[in-house]
Amino acid sequence: MSEATTVSVAAGPAAGDYEVVIGLEVHAQLRTRSKMFCSCSADYVDAAPNARTCPVCLGLPGSLPVANREAILMTLRTALALECDIPAHSKFDRKNYFYPDLPKGYQISQYDEPLSRHGRLRFPVDGREVTCGITRVHLEEDTGTMHHEGDVLQSAARSVVDFNRSGVPLMEIVGEPDLRSPTEAREYLQRLRRLLMYIGVNDGNLEQGSFRCDANVSLRPVGSRDLGVKVEIKNMNSFRAVHRALEYEIERQRSVLDSGGALEQETRGWVEARGATLAQRSKEQAHDYRYFPEPDLPPLELSKELVEEVRDALPELPEARAARFVEQYGISLYDAAVLTDTREEADCYERLAAAGVPAKLAANWQMGDVARLARETRVPLWESGLGVDGVRVLLGLLDSGTIAATTAKELLEELYLRGGDPQALVAERGLGQVSDEALLARLVDEAIAANPRAVADYRGGKQQAFGALVGHVKQATAGKADARRVTELLRERLDG
Amino acid sequence: MQLSPEDVAHVALLARLGLSEAEQERLRAELEAILDHIKALDAVGIEGVGETAQVTGLVNVWRADEPRPSLDAAAALGNAPEADGAHFVVGAIQE
Amino acid sequence: MSAAGWSGRTAVECAAALRSGEVTATGLLASARGRRDAVDGRLGAFLARTDDLAERAAAAADERLAREGMAAPPLCGIPMAVKDVMCIEGVETTAGSRILSGFRPPYTATAVGRLLDAGAVVIGKTNCDEFAMGSSNENSAFGPVGNPWDLERVPGGSSGGSAAAVGAQIVPLALGSDTGGSIRQPASLCGVVGFKPTYGRVSRHGLIAFASSLDQIGPFAHCVEDAALVYECIGGHDPLDSTSAPDAVGDVRAELGRGVAGLRLGVPREYFAAGLDDGVRRCVEVAIETLRGQGALIEEVSLPSTAAALSAYYIVAPAECSSNLARYDGVRYGRRVASPSLQQSYLRTRDEGFGAEVKRRVMLGTYALSSGYYDAYYRKAQKVRTVIAREFAEVFTRVDALVAPTSPTAAFPIGERSDPLSMYLCDALTIPVNLAGLPGVSVPCGLVDGLPAGLQVIAPRMADALALRVAASYEAVTDWHSRRAPLGVAA
Repeated sequence: MSEATTVSVAAGPAAGDYEVVIGLEVHAQLRTRSKMFCSCSADYVDAAPNARTCPVCLGLPGSLPVANREAILMTLRTALALECDIPAHSKFDRKNYFYPDLPKGYQISQYDEPLSRHGRLRFPVDGREVTCGITRVHLEEDTGTMHHEGDVLQSAARSVVDFNRSGVPLMEIVGEPDLRSPTEAREYLQRLRRLLMYIGVNDGNLEQGSFRCDANVSLRPVGSRDLGVKVEIKNMNSFRAVHRALEYEIERQRSVLDSGGALEQETRGWVEARGATLAQRSKEQAHDYRYFPEPDLPPLELSKELVEEVRDALPELPEARAARFVEQYGISLYDAAVLTDTREEADCYERLAAAGVPAKLAANWQMGDVARLARETRVPLWESGLGVDGVRVLLGLLDSGTIAATTAKELLEELYLRGGDPQALVAERGLGQVSDEALLARLVDEAIAANPRAVADYRGGKQQAFGALVGHVKQATAGKADARRVTELLRERLDG
Repeated sequence: MQLSPEDVAHVALLARLGLSEAEQERLRAELEAILDHIKALDAVGIEGVGETAQVTGLVNVWRADEPRPSLDAAAALGNAPEADGAHFVVGAIQE
Repeated sequence: MSAAGWSGRTAVECAAALRSGEVTATGLLASARGRRDAVDGRLGAFLARTDDLAERAAAAADERLAREGMAAPPLCGIPMAVKDVMCIEGVETTAGSRILSGFRPPYTATAVGRLLDAGAVVIGKTNCDEFAMGSSNENSAFGPVGNPWDLERVPGGSSGGSAAAVGAQIVPLALGSDTGGSIRQPASLCGVVGFKPTYGRVSRHGLIAFASSLDQIGPFAHCVEDAALVYECIGGHDPLDSTSAPDAVGDVRAELGRGVAGLRLGVPREYFAAGLDDGVRRCVEVAIETLRGQGALIEEVSLPSTAAALSAYYIVAPAECSSNLARYDGVRYGRRVASPSLQQSYLRTRDEGFGAEVKRRVMLGTYALSSGYYDAYYRKAQKVRTVIAREFAEVFTRVDALVAPTSPTAAFPIGERSDPLSMYLCDALTIPVNLAGLPGVSVPCGLVDGLPAGLQVIAPRMADALALRVAASYEAVTDWHSRRAPLGVAA
């Protein structure tokens, strides 16, 4: 588990040194097409209220759940990516509580036989590897959503309920209390989110709530093995909010402890506008979920064959893929890490490399101009008009010397959104590079004749002067001269 | 089996039953009698016996991930005690 | 024959008459409605009348019979009643509870849907104990049901309305549900055949849940063959119920005539223990001798944990019910008691919406699952359930089926059993079958002071056809199932 580092949060009264203990619980909606226990579409975000509901997800009398196989496989895929153990047996349980967004008065979840346990997530923080244990990954169903009159739960005289989200498959990933700072917590979440998106199980949208996080935070005197009084924090809707809420809460707990006070085990909500965590009134007067096995769903037997089927379908994970890119394509580890940040990005790179674009050229362009355009237009390459194939053709023209780099860049900008065939355009507009030997030789001779000063400087050891000569030739060809050949011809004449 | 009035009140709250005091007291006595009778469970040897939650022996019953049409929203809301045309409506959540 | 003349006839007889042209589906419907309207004011078996639906179904059945003739499904045109715990799209479905008054489901239960597809004519929804919790039908929010043999007595429960509707010769067939005996016990008390199939044989999709791991839908009828007809229609796999058995039901009626010669039938001695009425005991003993006379090998066996089954049941069923009934919160359907706050609305809606027995079981189940008591009650009950299933399995290595009383007593007077525990004992002999998920059938086997007694046949899991075969064999040489309740038309 991670190195225990003492965190001094902000400058406060140095009454005591505390170790920060953070554990995170992530709820991630699975990217299935249909809901967890019924066949309603799981694509609810833009639907009219209550238009994605049926007797099952409305909890009508007599309705019965039928489990979505894909959701179970996605949870297992996640578990394997997190190095979890998959037990031979698993089952669903009912978690009983009353709330208007919970149509059956119970949530189908997993209690004592989750789909997986005992995993880990490793990630770098400030150049050091942190390992956070994963207690368990289990599968349950999401609740409906509520809107409160005036948008404030506490004062609303009435609230309205929409059950479109009810029954969307929800994976709960419970982390061990192995994190020691808000930064570690944030890095853990970012790395986890990236992983879930990479393996195609979650779309990573914190704002819309497809990826949600609660934190448990406590402080303990440095050196102590006991856990301090734990406070749960909810309502953090961005990585920044997680970081700020944890910093706030650690400082709050520290000052309570330093002033000799006692902390209360409670749930607090992060209130962005006030930059503070506030105690939440309990929604249940009595917390007793009365879990028991869900009688409407037969148990799960997770055979070796099934687990291997899931493992075989697991894509190469980002770290392994980056290492392979270094090995296979000879690019730097830094470049490989950037290019494997998302699965789409890495797939894109591999398509370029596989098509014969030199690995370094492809990396430079993908991370440079292509990435910039994707940022500016908010359209990733693989969804752009040009597409991965267009870039492949463009870089092929560049690599073969048919067009100059500046031309390639201009074409990329022009075609990125609107699309088109780069090859045809080059022919049509005569953008091909000037590589006619006789012409280039004449222009090089002219450049030498017209710049005696530069020639003298170069021969005198000033390398920069060489650029002026190349520039002269380029200017004479409107930038289309084959720069490599021009360089060669100049060297023959000046160095010879 | 002894049940205190507090036990009964706690269980009634968990079950969201707004029982009158008289009803709670009557139920307390009835539940005690039933729980006494249920002691017959103790006569059965259950050392090392597994639990039966279901009797079918079925495992891995699941469906393919294929969406099907939902109810239309009007049908979904058709039985609602209170609705605003698009949502179900409930009263103040916090008192 | 006049329309009223079809009252009390079996479905098989009606089906033959429909095909011979002796009667039409519309005529059978008129007969059933006539009888219903004449007697149900005193009986109280029906909660909702579905006359529009029935008229359309009867007209469609007549067309289909004209078109398909002998190839039409056997139940085409046969009047039926459905216990009000099964959803029919657009038809008020209350489960006998105030909390669901006015609820019109937007979908139809699989079992009912299969009957409707086969051309059956559903004339109404029948009264029952609230959420199927009870053994006398006195727990219905909409009033008690009379026993057709004596209107001052209970019809049994919880499917009392369905049993009474068949017993009173309003319809030849009705659907009920059985969680701890709720088909077999009222069948016994009303002098009709009642069959609870193996758990998983009939889809629970659309059946309002009481205790999900125990509930099973099944038929009431005047004879075993009629019950088999319904079972063949409603049974079989349903992808909408994850606990539905994948096996095909098969040709059950072909098995019914095979007799019992050479079959080993066990008589569990614990089913004849204290509490069994002497009159009922004599009827069942004579019935067992009848089966012996037909060539069955009768053997006494022991199911030692029978008494504990009642205890296990009164943990498991209330626990599941406490969760199944949590959805009745007045938010999406049913009755809501308006209150200034949500919390008050929950408390008052559920307090006023549920009756005393439902609240008792919700309290009991909530307690049994609550923190600190789960192991002592729920977990222990689940283990006892394992023991009970094992005892049955062990006995079934030595005998093919079991024969025993269905109900320890004949019908008792309405209002007699006010103590919950004495009511719970009504199901002492039917509950173990539910805990093990076995098939069980009750057939009329005599009269005790003019009130029916029932013989229960219990078979191994999935041996539904065998249970029905033993019952049919008994029925073939006795006429108890042909006796009709003396419920006259005049008051």
